[in-house]
Amino acid sequence: MADFFAMGGYGAYIWVSYAVFLIVLAIDAIAPRLGRKRVLAEIRGKLKRQQTRKTP
Amino acid sequence: MNPFLLWFHKIGSPPTFYRIAGRIAPWCLGIGFVLGAIALYGGLVVAPRDYQQGDAYRIIFVHVPCAWMSLFAYGFMAVNAFIALVWRIKLSEILAMASAPIGAAFTFITLVTGSLWGKPMWGTYWTWDARLTSELVLLFLYFGVIGLYYAIDDRRKAARAAAFLALIGIVNVPIVHFSVNWWNTLHQGSTVRLLGPSKISGDMVWPLLTMALATHIWFFASVLARSRVGLLELDSGKDWARDIALADAPRDTVTAHG
Amino acid sequence: MKPGTTFAACSALIRRDLTLVWRRRGDTLNPILFALIVVALFPLALGPEPENLRRIAAGVVFVALLLSGLLALDTLFRGDYEDGSLEQLVLSPHPLALLLFCKIAVHWLTTALPLLIVAPLLAEMLNLPHAILPVLMASLALATPLLSLIGAVCVALTVGMRRSGMLLALLVLPLYVPVLIFGAGACNAASAGLAFVAPLLWLSAGLVLALVLAPLACAAALKISLS
Repeated sequence: MADFFAMGGYGAYIWVSYAVFLIVLAIDAIAPRLGRKRVLAEIRGKLKRQQTRKTP
Repeated sequence: MNPFLLWFHKIGSPPTFYRIAGRIAPWCLGIGFVLGAIALYGGLVVAPRDYQQGDAYRIIFVHVPCAWMSLFAYGFMAVNAFIALVWRIKLSEILAMASAPIGAAFTFITLVTGSLWGKPMWGTYWTWDARLTSELVLLFLYFGVIGLYYAIDDRRKAARAAAFLALIGIVNVPIVHFSVNWWNTLHQGSTVRLLGPSKISGDMVWPLLTMALATHIWFFASVLARSRVGLLELDSGKDWARDIALADAPRDTVTAHG
Repeated sequence: MKPGTTFAACSALIRRDLTLVWRRRGDTLNPILFALIVVALFPLALGPEPENLRRIAAGVVFVALLLSGLLALDTLFRGDYEDGSLEQLVLSPHPLALLLFCKIAVHWLTTALPLLIVAPLLAEMLNLPHAILPVLMASLALATPLLSLIGAVCVALTVGMRRSGMLLALLVLPLYVPVLIFGAGACNAASAGLAFVAPLLWLSAGLVLALVLAPLACAAALKISLS
């Protein structure tokens, strides 16, 4: 197991690379979800403001 | 009207595309994830040590697919940019702008993993040779497109301006690809060929190709998810978007309109 | 000259732009001063060792001219945008690409040409070997119009934005990189005694392409940003 992590001495380079790969793609997967929540909240806010303007 | 044309026009309609993309994207994400896991296992555990580079070569299993994706994403963006500029199709504008951040992410991963591979192999984290420099230029082109898109207030005009910029920068994509043939570079030449035999051993090539497939499918999952958000934003005044926003509301807040 | 012809329109535009620059002729010194300051900073930062400076001289002069040109790009359309004449230009019945070509030409004449004249002085400040100077001047003479043409397309995309400075630099620099590589590359090859004609030929080819295509792209970009 220790051999596997050491990767013949190159462990640091390999594992950091794979970590960057996974982290950046994870961010790329999460970002649209957060964006969707934000946009839907904005639309609801706009609707609410339009309603309060209509009711006297 | 011929049914294919009808289907094509229907797909372009924002609420229809939103629905269809919403159904496809999770599948793409799942399949991409599974294929990626298989490829990672193949690359880290199954593939044998390289006789020249030892275990360091295993970075290839993330570096090369991401490099391929950085170019593919730009091509996808450019095709949609062209359609958006010529035929003004809203969906193409959205797809083009959605692929820019994903392409930038893949380019970033390519540069970082390449740099980490270069240190043990070439002795340096960076060199200004043709391939690395043109890949860096590609990253700046992506940033330019994203920056221009967010700098203009009118979303459709912003998309058109950014699409135009993307098309101007397309000339860099063949430069990145052929740089190792046209110039004397530190970066090695191509070993995996589309047509003809590849110079890489079979038990190393299958995790590479599997990861390439996984990243392609992941790209589509991401583009579909981002374009759903883009369509919501663009059509925020329309009924279909409002209905979705109200349906998504947390229980105790917004009441139905009326 | 018949009024109403395209030729009359172009010459009127050229005369107008030259007159406008002449009225503020002090402003043409700004790019020159900027380039001088940039070049002067290098000996101060790296030490006055002539050998050090000699090696980076051509590249630094190139970068200084590129950055000064970048700062001056903003003036290409800003004045016309602010008083509405840019829209009139876009609406005119004459080919927009040709009119823009005239504008870019006048802009190059009034911003880049003074820089070209000052370039030998800048090179001397950095101890550039005199044998390399003709190569430097040739590559600058080919590169600066190319930079103006490419820059014009990017300025057209950001015209009217209030704080477009940083964004313009971001848009323009990836496209400037090949020009810089070939231009400075020719000078560096010459100082190493290697063949330098090939990069100059590449620059010329790029310039010919840009002379034809850039005004068209600039016209399309203006129509997008002014729509």
